[in-house]
Amino acid sequence: MPNILVVEDSPTMRQLISFAMRRVPDAKVIEAADGVDALKKLSQEKIDIILSDINMPVMDGLKLVSLVKNNPTYKNIPVIMITTEGAEEDKKRAIAMGADDYLSKPIQTQELIKLVKKYLELK
Amino acid sequence: MVDDPKKESRLLKSAEEFLQIFRKGEEFTKSILKENERLRFRIAELEEALKQNSNSQRIKNYEERIAVLEKELDSLKKRFQEVEKENRDFAVRFVEIEEENNNLANLYVASYQLHSTLEYDEVLKILIEIIINLIGAEKFSILLVDEKTGDLVPVATNGISIDEIPRIEVGKGIIGRVAKEGESHFPETISHTDEPDPTSPLVCIPLKIKDCTIGVIAIYSFLLQKRAFSSIDYELFNLLAGHAATAIFSSKLYTQSERKLSTIKGFIELLTEKHN
Repeated sequence: MPNILVVEDSPTMRQLISFAMRRVPDAKVIEAADGVDALKKLSQEKIDIILSDINMPVMDGLKLVSLVKNNPTYKNIPVIMITTEGAEEDKKRAIAMGADDYLSKPIQTQELIKLVKKYLELK
Repeated sequence: MVDDPKKESRLLKSAEEFLQIFRKGEEFTKSILKENERLRFRIAELEEALKQNSNSQRIKNYEERIAVLEKELDSLKKRFQEVEKENRDFAVRFVEIEEENNNLANLYVASYQLHSTLEYDEVLKILIEIIINLIGAEKFSILLVDEKTGDLVPVATNGISIDEIPRIEVGKGIIGRVAKEGESHFPETISHTDEPDPTSPLVCIPLKIKDCTIGVIAIYSFLLQKRAFSSIDYELFNLLAGHAATAIFSSKLYTQSERKLSTIKGFIELLTEKHN
């Protein structure tokens, strides 16, 4: 049963992504409101994939991905960034920090599900 | 040598008879051999004929079988094409249903979030989140009808300062016309401009409760990656027109009544204190 960590400060987006993740077979969605909350959840549960926003209060998505990818325990967890930034530069920035993939808002639910399934199968 | 001529003659006669019998036997053997050869030849002929006959029958059978199989193959090919077409139709239908399902989920989330609170500021915040995350708008404002003046007044913005948005008279310009007529305004395609005109939005959606427009959402620009409107956008525009309006209206009433209640409570407490 894959555990999906959704890191997003907007409750609307969190609910939307969680709703979409119901279509990933047997998936359990764990929600976090920011990077710090996400690190807390990572220490409590075995996470299989992280879907994170970039712009968040307390700790943003780029800092979170950098901490995750530099931690030997978590570095193999795929991280998909979801953000309003659509420019290629921002995409490169997220990938350079260690993100495995990137999706721009407004998100296409089918595209997100496909991407999550792809990374869960690769694991 | 035989001395007796009679005996000799008898012997000669016997020899002659034997010779005749032998010759007859020889002739008989010859005729049997000839007959045997004729029969063997006949057998060979019959065997050949039988073989020929059997081959042509087999070929005929094979030809019939091939014809039946070819017919079956044609029918299977036809069925296969039908099933393939059905399969393609189902695949298309599946994608459509998936999309519909996603759209419904988005609409459900938007509606659920809009009605999840009675706090006016919270409702505006959720509305802004929906416009950014579900519609993909970058610069926009929410204007409400001022009960005193009847003008449209900006109450929230994103990507643009609230000071840049002027008060708009109902009926004037795109925003005023949308508020007056209660019909959404949107272009066929999305164009991206760096400096949008606050009085001339790309998209303008009326916030309506039944036939009464309480405000509008004016979208000036969209996120760069948003290149065209999808079916969900139009559904969201309709949803926002109704649900956002009721959510804003009820939260405004709730906030006002809460404020009044707290004033009344304070007044009663004051009176009670004085009385005591």
